Amino acid sequence: MRTPQRLSAAVLVAVAAAAALAGCSSAGSAAAGQAPAPATPKSILVPVFPTTVAAPNGSVTIKREPNRIVSLDPTATEDLYAMGAGTQVVAVDQDSDYPPGVPVTSLSGLTPNLEAIAKYSPSLVIASQNSGGLVTGLGKLGVPVLIEPAVATLSDAYLQIEQIGQATGHYNQATEVVRNMQEEINDTVRQAGTKYRGETYYWELSNDPYYSVTSATFIGHILDLFGLKNIADAADKPADGGYPELSEEYIVTAKPQLIFLADNQAADGGQTPAIVAKRPGWADMPAVQDGNIFGLNDDIASRWGPRLPSLVNEIENALAGAKS
Amino acid sequence: MRSRTRSRAPSRERAALRYPRSVRRLGAFGLAAAFLAAATLVAAFVGAADLNPLATAAALLDKVPFVALPSSMSPLDRAVLFQIRLPRVVLGALVGGLLALAGAGYQGVFRNPLVDSGLLGASAGAGLGATLAIVDLGRAGPGVVPVAAFVGSLAGVAAAYLTGAVASRTMLGDGVATLLLAGIAVGSFLTAVQTLLLQRSAQDIQAVYSWLLGSLSAASWQQVTEILPYAAVSSVVILLHGRHLDVLAVGDEEARALGLRPGLVRLIVIAACALAAASAVAVSGLIGFVGIVVPHVARRLAGPSYPSVLPLSLLIGAGFLVLADTLARTVLSPAELPIGVVTALIGAPAFVWVLRGTRSAST
Repeated sequence: MRTPQRLSAAVLVAVAAAAALAGCSSAGSAAAGQAPAPATPKSILVPVFPTTVAAPNGSVTIKREPNRIVSLDPTATEDLYAMGAGTQVVAVDQDSDYPPGVPVTSLSGLTPNLEAIAKYSPSLVIASQNSGGLVTGLGKLGVPVLIEPAVATLSDAYLQIEQIGQATGHYNQATEVVRNMQEEINDTVRQAGTKYRGETYYWELSNDPYYSVTSATFIGHILDLFGLKNIADAADKPADGGYPELSEEYIVTAKPQLIFLADNQAADGGQTPAIVAKRPGWADMPAVQDGNIFGLNDDIASRWGPRLPSLVNEIENALAGAKS
Repeated sequence: MRSRTRSRAPSRERAALRYPRSVRRLGAFGLAAAFLAAATLVAAFVGAADLNPLATAAALLDKVPFVALPSSMSPLDRAVLFQIRLPRVVLGALVGGLLALAGAGYQGVFRNPLVDSGLLGASAGAGLGATLAIVDLGRAGPGVVPVAAFVGSLAGVAAAYLTGAVASRTMLGDGVATLLLAGIAVGSFLTAVQTLLLQRSAQDIQAVYSWLLGSLSAASWQQVTEILPYAAVSSVVILLHGRHLDVLAVGDEEARALGLRPGLVRLIVIAACALAAASAVAVSGLIGFVGIVVPHVARRLAGPSYPSVLPLSLLIGAGFLVLADTLARTVLSPAELPIGVVTALIGAPAFVWVLRGTRSAST
């Protein structure tokens, strides 16, 4: 999966350079186009710079509309492009791969290299964690950094998109993105109704050892929308942050009716429904006998960006196709 | 080192005065075998799945030849017992026995009580192999990681051995200290490469980290049968060299005078220990402390003679890991603990206790 990315990295850098040039001009016109839009909701007045974002890492002030954005997180990258800030993006980290054509670089969001980031002379950096002294280090260079960590609820996911919108001068588009997401998700959930209420599920993050998620996690909240019951909740304890390592014996005897596989790209060493069904001792589980094992798109299931409605849809489709 | 051998002699004499040596040996073997049997029984009866103990006992006895007992177990519970719990117990016993035996063998070869089964780049090599498999070769299928860890572990030892041999200018590893130091250098190097790989691939950190902490959570009969041949060959070779290790303990010169080729013995035992440790690591990841603590416990039970220490280590190591894994999967049930954490949590205090005992016995 990564190799083709590497191969095309050079091409993408070239594209990035072109995009950056294009970004400089189009960002100006976009700002001009937006400026007169007076229909700004509530207290946040945008796109007026300087603006101060109440980000998870404190107040972040952005003086001018940022036209050289570096995104170090795949979710932030998806957010930016969904709200039309893509032309302002000059570089994204090595794990960002959506939408197609984003300017992928070798930058890492987990072990960021300040000099490598500074080389892009960014006017705004967005990351999901403040590792390697990112905020302080880039702060010395006068570069504002927005830390948007993994969220636990849908409303936090929406809030992040709005914060990124405010920071990039796309607040209106960001609220539009959020509104569409909410509508789409609500539609899906409304259609499902109470059909699946009380069905039990096991969500598999990894299989050696068996890591799962509880209802307290983001994914848990999403499945709560359908009223499903999570077998991992029995193993919940504060220390593991909602990601318990489950005993295989327990998974089998808890008899979940549905199994969801978040790490399901067989090409990546992941587990497909066929592999799961063949695990020793699993054959007598209801979910296996009914064929209710569902592989989900790894990327969509592990990000909290604008493709969330697709995840909810994917889950609904699985539920609709499940035997019970 | 020298003070240790000197202090060992009187305590052995004292023990010999109290009991005949054969009685003490017999007692030690009885104790170790009972420990393993008890650990296995406990492990078979407890787990996150609340299986009915009576039904479990009936189902287990039913497997004994010439015994036919109807068990009320549902097919699901039966699958949990025979496909999930039992292979894990058996695999735990195998891994624990191999790690302890390899540790004891290395301690004999290097005449050093501080070494364990992860020595000479074995753990570091396995870690690099597993990381490589998870990060870069994951695409090739789910069975790749054990093979890569196995090969990595053996390659790590081979690299360390060759480095040591080149550094001490003798192919048969007469420079014991040089060999150990070469192992440290090779180990650090391999760990550095592994960390480098991991830095590149953030999304695999969780998988690699889990592997490094060790786990038997995905144990299966298939894994048991896969490592069994290597386990058998390496164990037999190590066990057959107990007397040679005793002779080595008095020093190379003396051993040579007694007609032994110290370098050759060392090469054979190191190769067998490397194979034992590699097959354990392949299915369990890195589990610390078993290889260093267990041989010391064996020595306390039966004295320092390797023909006793080696088989005792095998038995006690097996029982110890079965017990540790039982704790790992029941303490937080239905959640699990990484087994490496459990072995260190029990192993470290046990080690201190053993050391204290050794001290007081020798003063």
